[in-house]
Amino acid sequence: MVSNNSQIGKIEKLFNQLAGEIFSSLEAEEQLSLSLQAEESQFTRINGGRIRQTGFVNDCSVYLDLVVDNRRATASLTLTGDIGFDVDAVQGELNRLREEVPQLPEDPYIVLPAGVETSHTSKQGVMLEADESTDKLLPVLQAVDLSGIWASGRVYRGNANSAGNRHWFATDSFSLDYSLVNAKEKMVKATFAGSDWKQDEYEQSLLASIEKLKMLDSPSIKIKPGNYRTFIASAGVADLLNMFSWDGLSELSMQTGESAFLKMRNENITLSPLFSLAEDFSNGLVPGFNEQGEVSPQRIELIERGELKSCLISSRTAKEYGLDSNFAEESEYLRSPVMAVGELPEADVLQALGTGVYLSNLHYLNWSDVVGGRITGMTRYACFWVEDGEIKGPIENMRFDDSFYNFFGDNLEAVTAEAQINPDVGTYENRSLEMTECPGILLNSFALTL
Amino acid sequence: MNLTKLLDQLDVKADWVGLRHVDESTTLRWVRDGKPQANDRSRSNGIMVEVLVDGQFAYAASSNVDIRSVQSAAEIAVNMARAAAPYSIHQFTSAARPVATGNFNSPHQQIESSISAGEINELLIRSCETLKVSEKIVSTNALARIVNSEQLFVSSNGSNIEQQFLMVTTGSMAVAQDGPVVQKRSDSGMRARSWQIGMESLDENRMMSDSRRVGEEAVELLSAEDCPDGTMDLILAPDQMMLQIHESVGHPLEIDRILGDERNYAGWSFVRLNDFGKLRYGSDLMNITFDPGVPHELASYRFDDGGAKAEREYIIKEGILQRGLGGIESQIRSDVPGVANFRASSWNRAPIDRMANLNLEPGDTPVDDLISSVENGVYMHSNRSWSIDDYRNKFQFGCEYAKLIENGKITKTLRNPNYRGISNSFWNNLKAVGDRDSFEIYGTPNCGKGEPNQVIRVGHASPPCLFSNVEVFGGE
Repeated sequence: MVSNNSQIGKIEKLFNQLAGEIFSSLEAEEQLSLSLQAEESQFTRINGGRIRQTGFVNDCSVYLDLVVDNRRATASLTLTGDIGFDVDAVQGELNRLREEVPQLPEDPYIVLPAGVETSHTSKQGVMLEADESTDKLLPVLQAVDLSGIWASGRVYRGNANSAGNRHWFATDSFSLDYSLVNAKEKMVKATFAGSDWKQDEYEQSLLASIEKLKMLDSPSIKIKPGNYRTFIASAGVADLLNMFSWDGLSELSMQTGESAFLKMRNENITLSPLFSLAEDFSNGLVPGFNEQGEVSPQRIELIERGELKSCLISSRTAKEYGLDSNFAEESEYLRSPVMAVGELPEADVLQALGTGVYLSNLHYLNWSDVVGGRITGMTRYACFWVEDGEIKGPIENMRFDDSFYNFFGDNLEAVTAEAQINPDVGTYENRSLEMTECPGILLNSFALTL
Repeated sequence: MNLTKLLDQLDVKADWVGLRHVDESTTLRWVRDGKPQANDRSRSNGIMVEVLVDGQFAYAASSNVDIRSVQSAAEIAVNMARAAAPYSIHQFTSAARPVATGNFNSPHQQIESSISAGEINELLIRSCETLKVSEKIVSTNALARIVNSEQLFVSSNGSNIEQQFLMVTTGSMAVAQDGPVVQKRSDSGMRARSWQIGMESLDENRMMSDSRRVGEEAVELLSAEDCPDGTMDLILAPDQMMLQIHESVGHPLEIDRILGDERNYAGWSFVRLNDFGKLRYGSDLMNITFDPGVPHELASYRFDDGGAKAEREYIIKEGILQRGLGGIESQIRSDVPGVANFRASSWNRAPIDRMANLNLEPGDTPVDDLISSVENGVYMHSNRSWSIDDYRNKFQFGCEYAKLIENGKITKTLRNPNYRGISNSFWNNLKAVGDRDSFEIYGTPNCGKGEPNQVIRVGHASPPCLFSNVEVFGGE
């Protein structure tokens, strides 16, 4: 077990030294932002309770954003951790950008580095060593069919710019994201995540999932395509909300006609008063600063009681369309969405559902009609047919195709009183730090199509 | 970089050691509405040390490639392999890493530096101007993405491989709006024009001609009828066949997926190990090949990342499933014949089974005959939406642009075309396959899979194909 790590502080020192060296070499007309992403991660892939692949990744890269004379060029490169070598490499890349920038067209919407803000977050956890994790994780899995991924280690984000901003965020975290599978190939999905390893909590969590899996032992019920009363649990709602990062609540996508929310802005259409959504950094789990070093407000109301209040507005979009920035990332995606809870106690969900479908998870979502707000995807994992408030059995997976103007609109009957934090366990290029906090939703109708 | 020397310097107690070094730069130039949005170059450079200890492979990846860091990485990998060995899913030997030597250079005429950043920006600005064929075009986008990749692999049993790739993606897209009606049209769908090619891909005449057509079709869609609902004949253009092959043939045939490795992420497969050699996957007209040797196709290569030599193989022949998409590790675990597709997205991810180039071989029906054989149907082009279940059965795909076919003739343009089906029955309804003249090559740099997640390049080539009894439907 590690509660202290000699590496802690080394990456931050590297970044600060690098920033100092590079900023001191800038010419008067040059403005530069530097962002760092780094991780020291163990990844162990498990199939059938056995280890399929295991390894360790030590990765560190820096992103340069250079502005000269209303022209902009950016670059990223891998860092080695050797300060002398890295300063030379970044200086070399900066020189390449300097040569490229004069060739580029002027950019009227450039956002210059501004402000003198600093922030510093460093969370140290109680973590498992890479070579001890297998003996902690695996023995309890030997009696079950479990597939999943163990990801563990420290993740870093840093930002500094030539105007004087300095931000640092580092955190230890682990997650075992897994699927338990029974003999009928029915599955339960769960994630055990945190930053302080507690063996008993891990084993209790796994036992709870094993108990849940037993609910899937009864024969599958095949339901026909149609509209059903439906409850979607928090993990499924998180999947629906995550679609809003893609042709959704981006102000730029609104301005360029590509947003699914155009009807709300242009035709004053509203969603249910039970639906409220905010970008909220107050839990401190997600860095509040973006790649430009700008700090978002702690909370941005996006949809309040069904009314569109704001979109995610980057400073670039703000400049292009004459708006006020709320310091979203340039690609204007949700980083820390929080959906408001309602009044339906989780314990009363089955009774409130009555007869219908209970969906724990959704899978492979995509817009089927952006303008109409229609999303298609699959039901997955522990999904049940419920009659008169009692679970009758698991359902065979179904395709859904329905509009959020319906399921967050007139068809939204109730929202649970409890919300869950759904960490983003994604590891494309690097381990994500994002999360979605949301309750479950009860719908009086949801379209299952195939 | 002298990997052989680095390997010789390592002091590692392992049954096998491999070093894989990747140095890859990706340049993205993107213009929206004539204004620069991105002029970015990202360079990723690092090494993966892989060891075999007590029958268990383990890896450690480092962005520092000096001997001290690589030695440290090797020791971490050895410790992890030793700790994991009691829980191994399979006890491997070094036979999983065959000895291979050789090199590969992707075909190209003009290297990246043959065209300047300024010239590419000018080209993209002109493309945006050309896309704006009407005031109804409210947004235009044009991009060029250039990838240079050098991949080296050496191993303690004598492998020494060097592969160099130059790849270019071009794309243009227009959004048209008329009141509440919004339509988007692109150049063959999202980043489908991705090839192993040089800067000759940035041909001005071709790009402007395509941009004009894309703009005109975006405007045309504003006044088009919505795609009808019903069960009917469906012709898919090659730029949609790409997605159809990828999702409903490629992924379900990955052997690691059939073995359950992917169950917690993308899912399982409706195909079982005992289906190989027997399962009727599609009609007699269905011939699918794994072909890493097609010049310019995006995922051509000579060796996979485990050192297996890549060769053309029939995956499905005359509708019958022949072999899986699995590298040597999966072949050993499953006892199913596979292909050389054990691939990693970069130096910091371990190889897994990926589909690479997966193509539908041409038939003998000219496109005009495909169309004239349809009494009532739709011809769909360019993917815009995709979703499929975790067993790769129930899919729903949407396209950007379609034509109505009535009594053997194209009669109208249709907007919001979608279709859905179940993979096995859909492919068994394959009624006609276009001829070699209509065979087109596409690819995508964006195939996601694996835990930890990896995005990798794949290529798909196909002629247009006719399917019968497909559930087709429109928008709102």
